[in-house]
Amino acid sequence: MNIKTPSKLEKILASGQLAVTSECGPPRGTNAEEIIKKAKLIKDYVDAINITDNQTSVTRLCSLASCIHLKLMGLEPVLQMVTRDRNRIAIQSDILGAASFGINNILCLSGDHQCFGDCAKGQNVYDLDSMQLLQTVRYMRDEGKFLGGDDIKHPPKMFVGAAENPFADPFEIRAPRLAKKVAAGAEFIQTQCIYNLERFEQWMKLVRDRGLHEKVYILAGVTPLKSAGMAKYMKNKVPGMDVPDEIVKRMASKPKEKQPEEGINICIESIQRLKEIEGVRGFHVMAIEWEEKVPEIVQRAGLYPRPKE
Amino acid sequence: MIIADKKPIEEIIEAIKDYKKILILGCNECVTVCEAGGKKEVEILASALRMYFLNQSKDVKIDEKTLERQCDHEYLEEIRNTVENYDSILSLACGVGVQFTAEKYHSTPVFPGVNTCFLGATEERGVWVERCQACGKCILASTGGICPVSRCAKRILNGPCGGSSKGKCEINKDLACAWQLIIDRLKALGKLDEYEKITPIKDWSTDRAGGPRKVIREDVKQ
Amino acid sequence: MRLEYPSNIKIIRIPCTGKLDIIHILRAFEKGADGVYAVGCLEGSCQFNNGNIRSRKRIEQAKKLLDTIGVGGERVAMYNLSSGEGTHFASYAKEMNEKIQKIGPNPIKLAKKRMAA
Repeated sequence: MNIKTPSKLEKILASGQLAVTSECGPPRGTNAEEIIKKAKLIKDYVDAINITDNQTSVTRLCSLASCIHLKLMGLEPVLQMVTRDRNRIAIQSDILGAASFGINNILCLSGDHQCFGDCAKGQNVYDLDSMQLLQTVRYMRDEGKFLGGDDIKHPPKMFVGAAENPFADPFEIRAPRLAKKVAAGAEFIQTQCIYNLERFEQWMKLVRDRGLHEKVYILAGVTPLKSAGMAKYMKNKVPGMDVPDEIVKRMASKPKEKQPEEGINICIESIQRLKEIEGVRGFHVMAIEWEEKVPEIVQRAGLYPRPKE
Repeated sequence: MIIADKKPIEEIIEAIKDYKKILILGCNECVTVCEAGGKKEVEILASALRMYFLNQSKDVKIDEKTLERQCDHEYLEEIRNTVENYDSILSLACGVGVQFTAEKYHSTPVFPGVNTCFLGATEERGVWVERCQACGKCILASTGGICPVSRCAKRILNGPCGGSSKGKCEINKDLACAWQLIIDRLKALGKLDEYEKITPIKDWSTDRAGGPRKVIREDVKQ
Repeated sequence: MRLEYPSNIKIIRIPCTGKLDIIHILRAFEKGADGVYAVGCLEGSCQFNNGNIRSRKRIEQAKKLLDTIGVGGERVAMYNLSSGEGTHFASYAKEMNEKIQKIGPNPIKLAKKRMAA
């Protein structure tokens, strides 16, 4: 896969090294220090940092501004963009804005429905869906044109990613769906958190059978569990999450004060096993409000030091 | 058909409480079928309002009339000669009927008695479900006859999104995921390979986005 | 059996309580009835499967409506009995009569008199 953008993440992936990304949620206020602090905790242990876009539909400081803060720190942000809140004018405009700050990575998402957040009575937009957003970014970059057909002066050079959930239903379309995202223009994939490794391996086999692992960089998503309660919550309450009973049992078998440590152990073991799967090109470590644990996970999983580029 | 739901009587009372001669105007089409604004609902509402005002010691005349339709000039003309007997009309038609009545009878205030909800079908008596959002450019041919615009909470044209779980939508576990239905149907039709075609960015200008819409048929127009 | 029930109750026969509609209940109050109750077959033994269940639902609807307009939902009720239970019929009639006597006259009836005066 040839390098098409100035993205550091793309360079590392193209070099064949395992990439490591992580993510931070912006604050619910104007204090940028909160996101800067989180980024400082992890910056030497990851290649790029995703900034979530009003995740679970809860209003926060915007992803674009947060990415700019990271960029000003000399870091490599991944702009997450959901199609829930923007029409195609706002989407294209934000892409140009991001690119003007040298933000070179974008993750295209549809976003959680607004009913989960603090504005349940609001409208959603969904002028585009996540696949059409992928197409849009690629069109702007590769054709140098706006959706309306006009030329873009200095088109945005963004490395384009998408999310994929290997555990969502219906299972039979999981690989075709990835194929569709790749056809729409996805160059890297960050997966949903993986706890059911067997099912993930099955999915990867389907992906390899279609040769998709040669066309897109797949970063396996991992999230360390903090407690048995969190494991149960993820298992039962989060749509599209597959947490096997053994994991819940293993967490619950430890006394409360030992559970965080056990969660980290499980996470590291998972990374070790995932490294062995053909087609896994890196890891997306989502330590939800637990960013301080990312260095430990990365080090103990043998992913440190990170490449200089 | 257009599905409507009765407004709470408290809200209706608040709107019409200062009027003295009220015509409750039902509609014999969609709102009759969905039991929100037909002759029967007119009778019940009229009786309840009469009792309410009597109980308040208010002398209010409440009459009942149900038209064949309120979205056609010819039927609305039927009240041309009697409309002057009233100081307000409470229309139990959909939003279309309420507006058409108001347009026709300029100087008479017209109030809605129902909430107009969606374009739908009767799943069973007492249960009505949405099936169309009148986007103006039907894509059912490529989605196995199941509409993601009206049945997916995100109107996603290349679904399902990551929130689909065990065939249900992330917003409500009693709601079928439209994309699960589409995939099941494509499979039943032996057309699952069509799933991999990417639906292009939609032209929403025929939807609400394009402003108030109009259909003109020169061949039948007078 | 020659059972007695209060003479101020007017019986209106319908083929099945499923025939009862909200409008019938409302009209009775508009015309001055102080209370309305339906007596249907035992639940589960309706000739038409669920006529008495429908009736109960409509009674519930009417209760809500009558509460909202200030007539009082407690003035309506649904009873169920089998055709052999004449004694129940009489006792329900007494029970309803006593209940309505306690609540007092239909306010609509009073309002009509007030307005006429």
